[in-house]
This record gives sequence, C-alpha cells and structure tokens, in this order.
Amino acid sequence: MMNLLWLIPILPLAGFLILALHGEHLSRRLVAWVGCGSVGMSACITALVGVEFFHGLPDRASYQQTMWNWIDTSEMTVGLSWHLDALSFLMVAVITGIGFLIHLYSTEYLSDDDGYARFFAYMNLFVSAMLTLVLADNLLLLYLGWEGVGLCSYLLIGFWYHKPEYGTAAQKAFIVTRIGDTAFAVGLFIIFTQLKTLSIQQVQTLAVEAWPVGSNIAMIVAVLLLIGAVGKSAQLPLQVWLPDAMAGPTPVSALIHAATMVTAGVYLIARMHDLFALAPLVQGIVAVVGLLTLLLAASSALVQHDIKRVLAYSTMSQIGYMFLALGVGAWSAALFHFLTHSCFKALLFLAAGSVIHSLHHEQDIFRMGGLRRQLPWTFWTFLIGAAAMSGVPLITAGFYSKDWILWSVWSSPLSQQWMWVGALLGAFLTGLYSFRLIFRVFFGEVRTAAHGEPGLAMRVPLVVLAGLSLSVGFLEIPHTLGGLSLFGPYLSQVLPTMEVRPGMDDSSEAFEQIAVTCSALLGIGLAAFFFLPRVSVVDRLVGTAVGRFFVPFWQGGWGFDRLYERAFIQPWFALTRDAGEFLDRGYGVLVTGAEFCHVRLSRTQTGHIRWYAATIAVGTLMLLGLFAL
Amino acid sequence: MLSTPALLLATMLFGLGLIGLLSRRNILYMLLSLEIMLNAAALAFIAGGARWGQVDGEIMFLFILTLAAAEVSVALGIVLQLSYRFRTLDADAFSEMRG
Repeated sequence: MMNLLWLIPILPLAGFLILALHGEHLSRRLVAWVGCGSVGMSACITALVGVEFFHGLPDRASYQQTMWNWIDTSEMTVGLSWHLDALSFLMVAVITGIGFLIHLYSTEYLSDDDGYARFFAYMNLFVSAMLTLVLADNLLLLYLGWEGVGLCSYLLIGFWYHKPEYGTAAQKAFIVTRIGDTAFAVGLFIIFTQLKTLSIQQVQTLAVEAWPVGSNIAMIVAVLLLIGAVGKSAQLPLQVWLPDAMAGPTPVSALIHAATMVTAGVYLIARMHDLFALAPLVQGIVAVVGLLTLLLAASSALVQHDIKRVLAYSTMSQIGYMFLALGVGAWSAALFHFLTHSCFKALLFLAAGSVIHSLHHEQDIFRMGGLRRQLPWTFWTFLIGAAAMSGVPLITAGFYSKDWILWSVWSSPLSQQWMWVGALLGAFLTGLYSFRLIFRVFFGEVRTAAHGEPGLAMRVPLVVLAGLSLSVGFLEIPHTLGGLSLFGPYLSQVLPTMEVRPGMDDSSEAFEQIAVTCSALLGIGLAAFFFLPRVSVVDRLVGTAVGRFFVPFWQGGWGFDRLYERAFIQPWFALTRDAGEFLDRGYGVLVTGAEFCHVRLSRTQTGHIRWYAATIAVGTLMLLGLFAL
Repeated sequence: MLSTPALLLATMLFGLGLIGLLSRRNILYMLLSLEIMLNAAALAFIAGGARWGQVDGEIMFLFILTLAAAEVSVALGIVLQLSYRFRTLDADAFSEMRG
C-alpha cells in the first residue's frame, strides 16, 4: 500500500488538468465529481497508506519514494521524491481530509457561479501543490510546492476578478508573500553552496555536524527561512496581506487562508527544527514574532465589522500561538494546535460562509443578528467552532491544544515569564472576539432575514468538522486531567520532545491550567456582558476618548497598511515617476530623430510613376559616374 | 568595327526611350518607350556578341525578348485595370500611393 504514495499529490493534479483543459465543456455535475473525486480519492489513499504507516513500519521509520530524477548534474541531484514520516503524514491527512470536506461544501456554495470549473481547477491545483510541499523530500521540491500554493492563493483571492479591488487584494497577497519567498530562496542558495545538498534529511544532519550552535551561518540561514515562513504564515511584519485575502470565496478562505497554506510556515520551521535549534537567538525571535502577532491580531479582531476579517485576524492570532510554541521548543504542541486549528477554523469559515450564503452575500456583522432560530445548524456548528477557538475547557479540542502550548510556554527552559502572560492575555482576547461574533450574529434582534438553511452538501462538512473540533483534542489529555498521550509520542519519531524546566510539577501545571481556563472563560463572560444586552455597554466604551483612538487603530490592523503605504509604496511610485521622466529623455531624442527622417523621406514618395522613373535614371547615372571616376 | 555604330544606335535608342518615358504622360506611350529601351539593351548584347564572336549575345537577346513579351502582357493587364478604374490613361492621375 505504501507504494501508492505518489498517487496522493498526482490525483488532484490530474483533476486540475482535466478541469483546466476540458472544464468548460463538462456539465456542472461532472465538474463537481471530478473536483471532489480527485481530492476524495487522495484522502482514501492517504487512509490506506496510513493503515500501513501505523502498522507496517517499525518506530522511527520513514518511507521514501523516488519517481524520477528531476535535475541530475554532477554537482547536484534533485529527485522528484516523496518522504513520508509522522510529520508529513499528519499534514497530508489534514490537507486531503479537510480539503475534501471543503471541496464538498464548495459544490453547493458556488453552484450559481459562472466560474464553477475554473474554481475547482484552481482548488485541485492548490491541493496538489500543498501535498507536494509537505511530501517533498528535498528543499527544492518543497519550494516548488511553496510557490505553487502561492500561485493558487493569488488565483483564488482574485477569483471574482471583475471587481478591481479583489484583483488588488490578490496582487497584494502575492507581492507581500514574494518578499518572504525571496528570502527563502536566498536561504536555499546558501544551504546548497555550504552543504552541497538540498535533501532535507541530509541538510539537517550535515548542518548539525558542520555548524556549531550559535554560529553566524546557522543564524543567517535560520533567519532567511524564518522570513519565508513569516511571509507565508502572515506573521509580523508581513501579515498585512491576510485580511485583504478574504476577497476570495469563503471555501478558499477556509482551505487556503485558515487550514493549510498559512500553516506552511509552521511546517517549514518544524521540518527544519534541527537548524533552528542551532540558532537559539533566531528561535527566540520566532517566539517573539508569534507572541506579537498573536496580540496584534487578537486586538484587531475585536473591532472588525466584516465577519470574514474577524476570522482572518483570528487565524493570524492562532498561527501566532503556533509560532510561539515553535519558538519555545514545543514542536509537538505547535503541530497539535495546527491539527485542532485546521478543524475549528475551517469549521468557522464554512459556517460563516453558510451565514453569508443565507444572507445574500452580507458580510457586515452589524447588519446580522438573531440568526440563532433561522439557521439552527449553522448556529450550533459555529458555536462549537467558536468554543473550540476560545478554548472552552474539557469538551473542545482547542482547549487541549492551547493548554499544551501555554503549559509549554510556562515550563520551557527557552521561554520567559512575560511570554506566558502575553499568551494568557491572548487567550482572554480570543474568548472575547469569538463570542462577540456569536452574540452579534446569532443573538439580539433580526436585522437581515435569512433565506433558509444550506443544503446537504454544505451541512455534512459542517457537522463532520464540528465533530472533529470536539474530539481531536482527546488525542492528548494532560495528566492532571487523567493523562492520555497519543499525539506527542506519535510525533516524537520526528520531532524532539520538550524538556521541562526543573521545579515544574503537577501542582504548578494545575495552577497554570486554571489560570488559562479562567482567562478564556473571563473573555467569554465579558463578551456576554458587552454584546448580549440590548443597550450595548460597548457602544459607550467606544465613545470615550480612549475608544475613539484605539478602535480605528485596531480596525486598520495597528496601522501597518498605512505605514507600508508611506514607507514603501509612495516613495517607490515617486521614484518611478521622477526618475522615469529623466531616463525617458534619451529615448525622446531617438523618437524625434526618427520622426524627422520619416517626414522627409515620406515626401519623396509622391506616387507619380514618372518621378520614380526619373529618380531611378538619375540614380543610375550617378552610380555609373561614380564607377567611371 | 561594326560594333561601334551598333552601340551608338543602341545608346541613341535607349536615350530616346528614356526621354519618352519621362516626358510622355499617357501610360500606353510610356509602355512603348519602355519597349524601345529594352530593345536598345538587346541590340547592345547583339553588338557585343558580334564583337567577340560569342553566341551568348544572341542568347541574351532571346531572353530579353521573352522578358519583354511577359512584361507587356502583365503591363497591358494593369493598364486595362487602370483605365477601368480611373477612366483615364494619364500616369500623373495615378498618385494614390503617395507617402
């Protein structure tokens, strides 16, 4: 069964080819079958491979499959080869599983759209590229997938391209992530010139042998990879593209900008963990970047009006948690949060899509309200998603993963106490903004009437994801609550387990957990106090001087867009305008000269045949005269 | 030598043809002048052939004859079209192609 591995990324690629080349001629039904079927078959093969992966292979094993050599020179051999281990299997399972559910959802969500085949073609290409990224055995193939998902992200954000602002959003996402990608590419060049290989396994072993801990070269490479990861995962300071990326259709936001692509940065850092361990300073930066993004995004999510922008900022914030965990060396905790986050954030986006669908593309939460009775399925699934995101204790997956991260931040030898305080504040804000959404959208008076619940193709993914959002957390239960550890040992084949600082015992863990639980519940309670009453307390708060300053500031994502506009975009346009005029002057001379000659020469073309005959005769005579002389 | 007067005659004919080509406005007469110039050139080849006792001169004459026949057949077709379109044979009237 293991040798079917190559089919997993190839099947969606085949789906893309069929839909891109023949999609216009196929019926909608057939397009849906091809689009969903290719990803569904990938998911089935993943399950088959998974059975053998868990039973057939001994511990610490990985499976390698080479299809052919992509580049083969004397200095460099890059194979088109796949590498399956615990980490990549986790990613593949999430991408194909959740990817299939989102494809299924899209068949109904986009059923009236003209670009039906185009949508599924792009989505299939995305799944294929993302699978290439996570299954790649070498960094070059990984980079191919990395660029592929960036391309699909661009295409799908600008899916409704007839609106110019959507096209601008797509370009913004592409250009901003390009900054990170360029740094990543430079990092690859340095790795290759230094170590003469691009294979991920070899790079890690050779780097550990060749570079001492804290050496400059290790730091430079780690920083460059970090910039790449930061760009893809929308972390500070390259986070500005993600809120605008919500211009794409909602299933795209669920698949690309919540569950899979934006976590590619987390995957990259986890994949290259040996390299980051060689650069402790950079690993510290990872944690700080994560923490800052987490607080920035959480505060911005509090004041957004657009339901999808709230979710976009919350995605940034949750990925901030993953970066924080990576930064303190809690690799498995970061990946566990990735798993739970992809379930509950995909659920939240799909449920939000269902709300938007029912309200005829209304996205402003201030025009929603009281949808609890009109859309019961959507309400309950959204509630489960929001509860999981804010970490409602014991029953939701988000609680277990977030608690693991916070416990790691509390007890890791690499972290500081203030990081934990910041993360705790983040947990509080998460509860506040998640339930602000719930209370605004589903409670209170009805402002826009909904036109019925979504159909079966949209409801099934919601219910399945809701079930997952409640249950995946039980893979890792802290031992203060009984103790069941499946996920950590599973990943310990590839990722080192975190050492706990001395002096940390059960009682301090229990204390830490109570603090986390309280802060999340406090956030939810405060949201109920703020947003549930008819005369909103929060309106008065916004009206004060402090509110008038902070609300627009947070709404603009802490003013980063305006800062970049001033610091980069305007100077650049000024440069192109002024310097362009100066440089054009040289070409202007050429243009005038050509025009001058053109006017003179065209006068000789009189159209009179006798004039031509005379000029030929005179010309011949002159030539003869020249030869005679 | 026989060739000198023949060449002189050829030059005179060529000059006459050229003058006719440049001074006549009727396109039919211009074609006639063109034929005269071609025949002048052919005469020069004959003279050359006679001067060196080679057969090449006569061969070139035959070629020029063929060329002239072909040229006339094409040119007359064009003249017919021109007279049909412009209702005149005045060469100065056909100046549609001025730059």
